[in-house]
Amino acid sequence: MSDQGPDQAAVDQSPENTAHLPAEAGQVQAVGARSGMFGVKGTGDTSGYGGLAAPIVFPGATSRPLEGWREDVAAALDTALAGGGLHTALQQVVVHRGEVTFHVRREDLLAVATLLRDDPALRFELCSGVSGVHYPADTGRELHAVYHLLSMTFNRRIRLEVTAPDADPRLPSTVPVYPTNDWHERETFDMFGIVFDGHPALTRILMPDDWPGHPQRKDYPLGGIPVEYKGGTVPPPDQRRSYN
Amino acid sequence: MSQDIYAGANDTSEGRVFTVSGQDWDSISQGLADEGMEERVVVNMGPQHPSTHGVLRLILELEGETVTEARCGIGYLHTGIEKNMEYRSWVQGVTFCTRMDYLSPFYNETTYSLGVERLLDIEDEIPEKASVMRVLLMELNRLSSHLVCIATGGMEIGALTVMTIGFRERELVLDLFELITGLRMNHAFIRPGGVAQDLPPGALDEIAGFVALMKKRLPEYAALCNANPIFKARLENVGHLDLEGCLALGMTGPVLRSTGYPWDLRKSEPYCGYEDYDFEVQTWDTMDAYGRFRIRLAEMWESLKIVEQAAARLAKLEGAPVMVSDKKVAWPSQLSIGRDGLGNSLDHIRHIMGESMEGLIHHFKLVTEGFRVPAGQAYVPVESPRGELGAHVVSDGGTRPFRAHFRDPSFTNLQATSVMSEGGMIADVIVAVASIDPVMGGVDR
Repeated sequence: MSDQGPDQAAVDQSPENTAHLPAEAGQVQAVGARSGMFGVKGTGDTSGYGGLAAPIVFPGATSRPLEGWREDVAAALDTALAGGGLHTALQQVVVHRGEVTFHVRREDLLAVATLLRDDPALRFELCSGVSGVHYPADTGRELHAVYHLLSMTFNRRIRLEVTAPDADPRLPSTVPVYPTNDWHERETFDMFGIVFDGHPALTRILMPDDWPGHPQRKDYPLGGIPVEYKGGTVPPPDQRRSYN
Repeated sequence: MSQDIYAGANDTSEGRVFTVSGQDWDSISQGLADEGMEERVVVNMGPQHPSTHGVLRLILELEGETVTEARCGIGYLHTGIEKNMEYRSWVQGVTFCTRMDYLSPFYNETTYSLGVERLLDIEDEIPEKASVMRVLLMELNRLSSHLVCIATGGMEIGALTVMTIGFRERELVLDLFELITGLRMNHAFIRPGGVAQDLPPGALDEIAGFVALMKKRLPEYAALCNANPIFKARLENVGHLDLEGCLALGMTGPVLRSTGYPWDLRKSEPYCGYEDYDFEVQTWDTMDAYGRFRIRLAEMWESLKIVEQAAARLAKLEGAPVMVSDKKVAWPSQLSIGRDGLGNSLDHIRHIMGESMEGLIHHFKLVTEGFRVPAGQAYVPVESPRGELGAHVVSDGGTRPFRAHFRDPSFTNLQATSVMSEGGMIADVIVAVASIDPVMGGVDR
């Protein structure tokens, strides 16, 4: 940073260069950083914002007790996990905008899902599928699988989040507990390359069987060709200037 | 049997190849017997078959006319919408997701917008008129979607009159959409923060006329189908799926309600102010295709009730805002039609070009860059005509969705094809799939 001028330290500490989320240390989960402001790189950047660096932080763990019924779910899950000898299954609980997310260790996913479905105090009968998310900068836990569970008995909705490193993209399959995840896990495998161990037939579902790569990973290009219109040329969407 | 010019009779890894051209089962059966084989054949039905409800490929293992195994091949309509949304601003995302389930575009837009609004923490600031207009459009959309379901379902079993009258009424709904949003499909009208445009003059009169007409037309469907012996014979006890099966397979919507379980997100997790409307959740207890047909028919009546209530509320909300007041989120201008076509309203152009430099800067920033959404994830499902439709929206604090995943009910419900149709006749596969009402644009996204 020293080669960017004598005032760099002051620039770094100025308000617009600090993290723009009001978060305390230890309360957030950083998954990478954002630099610059207008997506221009190198000497083309005359905006003066090229040195801007802001961490990308997600809401961090929420301290117990949680708000309202969420504490009932968390407490019942604690009890059930203790009964099953799974004390370490739950990594953290995040409540953000009223939605509760339980981060679960991947080894224990199937056991936790079974408890969530079968425990009389939990009763999450319906799983609304699997959604993969790829965080390339979240080192060691790049691939996330997100499950939305619904308890029709208690009319509650929770979210499970499980992570796997890119080097070992394996998660246990939840099909034995929630058969509806059959196609959802196939889609997540197809799009992110997460291998669900124990899935009855993990094949591609949307892309052709012989397709190379997993399209919704962040390192997979969007593709596209420039479009010419009335003398002007519009570059493909992934090469246009982006306001990152 | 005719000779296939592309594949010779021996061009297969095992067994003999038959090219089926219709009304030749006897010769195939004889041919199989000559080969010393049983009457077990694997048939590819679709993806371009007129009765598979879109580009759905059914892989059926048949023994005579009995289906012993049914599998679905999907992906023929995969357009990478979720990936594309990651390269567009938050507002532009609506333009993409409306094209997913093209028979219920307003639901795609709403669930996405509700998710973005939750992340922006502006859920409580959405103007009342915007919510009422969303409800109005969604319920009109439920009517048009159910009409297409009943129409195409009828066509697939040979009831062509059901198809013609179904599309006749759907056209009326699409005319209303065109009047209100400017487009018959793919509206991109419901946006984060509200809706794009105020109601045009005369819309409420048109809606009142439509509701009055539908009250005359809907009984025609009941008279034509409800007690029709052929219709009932084709639908009753076909596509059976009980409550346990529904929950295990994640089924929602009319299929779940045909087991008698009154599960409807409009009642259980109200959004857009659904708790203020008077309507009933429709159920049936036969767990079959006929029950699902009757539920759809009854739900259209309920939707008409909600449309009437929403229109009555809109009549009192003339001139009320349809977008959040936060200028950092709301699209800066209303549209208006000038001599040179549709564009930004002249008042707004005068403001930014003649009166306010800041106004011009804000307009430029909002249109080119868009707004930033705080990091986090949200999932706000809505009750689409086919069941639980939800958008898992993830933001990293930027001006574009980090990830938008749609839990489409068609995708999930289509998994039940096997359990609904195995062991039955091949003709009943069509009825079972039609009773799920999958829309392939939503399945493949």
